[in-house]
Amino acid sequence: MTDHFIEDKTNKVTVGTDGHSPAQKMDFNDLKSGGFIKQRQKDLFTVRLRCPGGRISTEKLVEISKLAHKYSKKGVVHLSYRQSLEILYVDYKEFNDLVAELEKIGQKVASCGPRVRVPTACGGCEYNPNGLTDTQKMAEMVDQKFFGTPTPHKFKTSFSGCPIDCSRTKEMDLGFQGVVEPAWVEEDCTGCTICAEACKEGAIESDTDTGKPIFDPMKCIYCGDCIRACPTEAWKPARYGHTVRVGGKHGRHPMEAVEVCNFLPDEKVPDAIRLTVEWYNANGKRYERIGTAIKRVGLDKYLKHMEPVFGGIPKRLTERAYEG
Amino acid sequence: MKVESNDTLDLRGVVCPINFVKTKLKLEMMNPGDVLEVILDSGDPIQNVPKSIKEEGHKIVEVQREGDFFRIKVQRG
Repeated sequence: MTDHFIEDKTNKVTVGTDGHSPAQKMDFNDLKSGGFIKQRQKDLFTVRLRCPGGRISTEKLVEISKLAHKYSKKGVVHLSYRQSLEILYVDYKEFNDLVAELEKIGQKVASCGPRVRVPTACGGCEYNPNGLTDTQKMAEMVDQKFFGTPTPHKFKTSFSGCPIDCSRTKEMDLGFQGVVEPAWVEEDCTGCTICAEACKEGAIESDTDTGKPIFDPMKCIYCGDCIRACPTEAWKPARYGHTVRVGGKHGRHPMEAVEVCNFLPDEKVPDAIRLTVEWYNANGKRYERIGTAIKRVGLDKYLKHMEPVFGGIPKRLTERAYEG
Repeated sequence: MKVESNDTLDLRGVVCPINFVKTKLKLEMMNPGDVLEVILDSGDPIQNVPKSIKEEGHKIVEVQREGDFFRIKVQRG
């Protein structure tokens, strides 16, 4: 098994701790799973940290800064494309020291290669007004439960808190995007027409006589703008959940993920990941992303495997409210 | 029923989020329970300002459409 991140042909190198202490053996093959990425420069590596959702406490950030200053030969960090901090220009002979010092401040090193990667996430409902799901909490959960699980090729997950999809769930191997189903309660409606104005999808029109909404669920993308705009709370959240997308990727040959479930509740997310990884490991070939595996084996096969977790989630809770 | 307003802000032609900031500042100078009338363009302003007003804890008590703009009444929270 080779890894394209580390191209050194050497398998064992001598790694001192600080140049004075006794030398230790380090296996380059172990580095693959450890987030050490070979640089162009001889002996120098990028050390990728594990920052799920891109969130770091200021306390920890200060400590990481000190370590980056100490170990980066050029005194620079880089924000990885997937929200994690990378310490650049680290001499491999100092890996052990750096990792030990990072460990002391509770900072783990990330990974590369064929495994479940650190999840990315937007701000989510904690502080972003558009947020419908707690993406940060979910990213942390996924990181704790699934980080580093071996897969045929890389496996990237992300959480977006709303249909604006800043975390690009459509480009993930498995992406979760927040949604809310709106329900209209006629008694609370004054016919003010703000919801029809607030809806950017044209899913709500106002009745010309009463001003009351005429809702087209086919056009609704479940963003919750109507709920947030309604002055009298006549639009209410019927339920929150995740739109689940599978098989996306960027890179040389981008693929758009396909939507496989809507309104998956928070508590079913771990099962969705577990079963998807299980299916991928059983069906994917080495170096094949799950999107390609699904194309080759068949989406229906994947969906059949996912039935225990995706099955039984109603398409709409509020059918009745839209009739008449 | 008509709600009497204590003051009016005409925000036609004022873009987001300046229109919201002006509304917010005005409301903060008023007393709790006072009503501010705000005139907003349709499109972006009416899509966004009412949501933000609600999130700040104020109440929209009346909405009236007048052609290309909206006249809304906001009760300070």
